[in-house]
Amino acid sequence: MRLSLLLSGLAALVVVLFGLSLLVGPAGFGIGQSLSALLGGEGEAVTLVMREIRLPRSILAVMVGVSLGLSGAALQGFLRNPLAEPGLIGVSSSAALGAVLALQTGFAASFALALPVSALVGASVSVMLLLVLAGPRGGSLTLILAGIAISALAGAFLSLVLNLSPNPFAVSEIVFWMLGSLSDRSFDHVTIALPVMLLGWVLLASLGRGLDALTLGQDAAESMGINLSQLRLRLVAGVAASVGAATAVAGAIGFVGLVVPHILRPFVGARPGALLPASALGGAAMVLAADIAVRLVLPDRDLKLGVLMAIVGAPLFLHLIYKTRRQMI
Amino acid sequence: MASVRPSSRVIRLGAAAAFVAAAAPSWADMPERVVSINLCTDQLAMMLAAPGQLISVSDIATDPLISPMHMVAAAYPANFGGAEEIYLLRPDLVLAGVYSDPAVVSMLRRLGVEVAQIDIVSGLDQVTDRLVEVGALLHREDEAAARAEAFETDLAALTRPETGPRAAFYYPNGYSLGTGTLSHEILTTAGFRHIADELGRDSSGRLALELLAVAAPDVVISTGTYPGNSRSEDILHHPALEALIAAGQGHISGPDWVCGTPQVLTALSDLTTLRDSMEAE
Repeated sequence: MRLSLLLSGLAALVVVLFGLSLLVGPAGFGIGQSLSALLGGEGEAVTLVMREIRLPRSILAVMVGVSLGLSGAALQGFLRNPLAEPGLIGVSSSAALGAVLALQTGFAASFALALPVSALVGASVSVMLLLVLAGPRGGSLTLILAGIAISALAGAFLSLVLNLSPNPFAVSEIVFWMLGSLSDRSFDHVTIALPVMLLGWVLLASLGRGLDALTLGQDAAESMGINLSQLRLRLVAGVAASVGAATAVAGAIGFVGLVVPHILRPFVGARPGALLPASALGGAAMVLAADIAVRLVLPDRDLKLGVLMAIVGAPLFLHLIYKTRRQMI
Repeated sequence: MASVRPSSRVIRLGAAAAFVAAAAPSWADMPERVVSINLCTDQLAMMLAAPGQLISVSDIATDPLISPMHMVAAAYPANFGGAEEIYLLRPDLVLAGVYSDPAVVSMLRRLGVEVAQIDIVSGLDQVTDRLVEVGALLHREDEAAARAEAFETDLAALTRPETGPRAAFYYPNGYSLGTGTLSHEILTTAGFRHIADELGRDSSGRLALELLAVAAPDVVISTGTYPGNSRSEDILHHPALEALIAAGQGHISGPDWVCGTPQVLTALSDLTTLRDSMEAE
């Protein structure tokens, strides 16, 4: 019962932030004007702004937040390690590399879902590599070291590809791919990301029982009828699809998958299964809040989301390393 | 100290250009190997130089997306603006922009090469100044004077009263131009009203797409896209921008808009054609 209370609280928070996100913008419309234009208006400038500029941005913030929160919670549950997070272990940068390769080679234009699928492929390579390197227990040291190596390599190739691009703007966009932003995204991005993300969400949501069983140890989980190799496969596919699609449209936004599960874990009694839906909603709330903040702090400058997330997330990450340093040695 | 002398010479030449033009040209110090490392000085040098006098232009001068004289430029060897490369061309005059790489400029000066840095143009009245200035540097005063006179005549013929449609510039990354720019002058000379005036934006910078949508200009002036992909250019295909253009008119500011040279006349005549067609509707 406590869980349903938590979930409805989080859902309410997401709804409030979603509404606020729709109302924040340089054009400064009144609340009534905004809402009536959004719901009823036809053809005027306010309607255009509300429906084609602000609405897709807010929807994307929710989608990206759900994807990152869910992926972080699932990875941490599977590896039984609170430091596992898609941004930190290189999944996001690999997804960004996949997306950039598809965009620069022109493959992204070949069919509607080519962009998110390419990012998915990039992400899944890194998740599989990590699981092989970190092993079934996901020891902190190997996980973080492997993550650093994968991030560095993917980041280097990303820079290389963008430097080789004939487009003069491409090089400056290394910042976008590394730090993420939702500015000036449109419904085109919502429609290409949503199908792939939905697939990822369904796969990750189905992990709950398996992750709960895994808290008792691998052998106990297997004796309860959990097929671990199948669980692992669904995790890889789910994380790759969610993070891949999110990164393809919004760039690599770090720390959401670290901070959100960490804050919510005490409320769900440390059950990884229950943490999944809570982190999904929490992630949505966090990205919405961050995206509102970047628009309020520096309205004219397109401050990257990753900047804000790292300011909040990196100190927490240091705190977690401090807490878990004994088991690392 | 070495860097002071050539730049002070430029100032003296620029200020006293008319005086220099009147004096008998001393053929003895006419530069024979001129290298240009800036897109705008490329244009001026190609227009004014004597045959064989200009030995190299910048590599981007051959890029049709940004260089209006790319066909002419293809006949010259290209340089990439590096100090070593330029020095090896043994130039006796290098034409650069004021924002050319300062490391390259100071190194060339240290090596004893004369480098003239030509200021950018922020108004149409400065186009003839630059023609005369570069003409004096190249010792091609008569050519420059003829070009300047032709420019003034054509400019007067293309000037329209500022009562036309409302227009806005919208470029990759949502970059929009303010009122203190050459493009603003080209636009208003063709008789368009620039929305930067209404919004009170004198400097250029990022303009949120929703502010542009609310301003609802009759014409959105944008740019062609480069090959390869960039997120910066994605905004030019944003449905909200496409709706604005569909409701009004789109126009591309091509390479003729980039530099304050007589090439701006082509930009201006394209605009007056656009205005005439819009007013005929």
